[in-house]
Amino acid sequence: MSAKEIKNLEDIFEAKIARDEKIEPKDWMPEKYRKTHIRQISQHAHSEIVGMLPEGNWITRAPSLRRKVALLAKVQDEAGHGLYLYSACETLGISREELYEQLHSGKAKYSSIFNYPTLTWADIGAIGWLVDGAAIINQVPLCNTSFGPYARAMVRVCKEESFHQRQGYEIMMTLCNGTQEQKDMAQDALNRWWWPSLMMFGPTDDESTHTEQSMKWKLKRKTNDELRQQFIDQTVPQADILGLKVPDEDLKYNNETGHYDFGEIDWSEFWQVVKGHGKCNKERIKARKEAWHNGEWVREAAMAYADKQDKRTTKQTG
Amino acid sequence: MKKNWPLWEVFVRSKNGLEHRHFGSLHAPDAEIALNNARDVYTRRKEGVSIWVVESKYIKASNPDDNSELFDPADDKAYRHPTFYDLPDDVEHM
Repeated sequence: MSAKEIKNLEDIFEAKIARDEKIEPKDWMPEKYRKTHIRQISQHAHSEIVGMLPEGNWITRAPSLRRKVALLAKVQDEAGHGLYLYSACETLGISREELYEQLHSGKAKYSSIFNYPTLTWADIGAIGWLVDGAAIINQVPLCNTSFGPYARAMVRVCKEESFHQRQGYEIMMTLCNGTQEQKDMAQDALNRWWWPSLMMFGPTDDESTHTEQSMKWKLKRKTNDELRQQFIDQTVPQADILGLKVPDEDLKYNNETGHYDFGEIDWSEFWQVVKGHGKCNKERIKARKEAWHNGEWVREAAMAYADKQDKRTTKQTG
Repeated sequence: MKKNWPLWEVFVRSKNGLEHRHFGSLHAPDAEIALNNARDVYTRRKEGVSIWVVESKYIKASNPDDNSELFDPADDKAYRHPTFYDLPDDVEHM
């Protein structure tokens, strides 16, 4: 195809998205669209999969059966979300094995938030409340994104996500209504998870490189800073109800703007964790790789059994 | 010899009276396990009463490049629709 023909196809393609038409896997798409989507959807899938690890840490130590079944269901949902997203990503012509390989080799990224440790039970509450809360704000606009399989996966994910946040908030609520020690534990969890949660929305708008293109393709509807502000505005009153203090001396409601002003985010910490130097980066990938390798014989045995059954049927009918 | 689990397409009937609808896909070594996995992945909240799985390689799909040839001919066949036919206003039940 000549450069002119490609340009023409690209114009038709962009116009289609502008009209809110969806792009489906077999439709023509610019190579950059395909690559960007593989990167974003796979990062999203990896985040769901790695995201099971910090919480899985507390399943056996949940304080009651009620908490345990809820946490188990939440972690199982995350596995499911990872699977929806991996299969959406595979429609773009990349195999599941390649995707796993990219995660295990460190080539692909996942959300940095999961490189922080879960030290106490209150962290499970804080994760559900803050991390899932931030994820919902990031994810809801994706239900209308331009790539059909991604949008459909996100509709399913968003439907399931709100229970995650509510179960987290309920944990915080219970701790805050408990003994002083329990309340301190909840405050400590908020202190540790607040800033990393704000970082989940990514770099500030003037630092963010992909925003313009992503807006055009409807991978983004609002900028990082707008989403972060939305999160702060809706979360601070929730902290007030818990009777907890958000760990930001500069946090103050601004009557003029109708939004909360907030303090400086420590972006050097963010980039440290992104580059692999967070508290748990190595541990997370190690756990993930071990799980994959330890399961290898099971996958092989199941495949060998399936092949054997197949041959047997062919013999009988053939 | 390492062989990866093949891809399966999952179709779920939400409730009796409705057709099975495509829900997504997953990997599984055989049909039995594909069905079990589909149940865990796609129906954790009573989303369905029946599941079909079919190995993806058996689906033959039309090519979007052929869309004009396949679907455009219907454009000029308005006579396939009831509104094509002129009837007096006082004719009822038709």
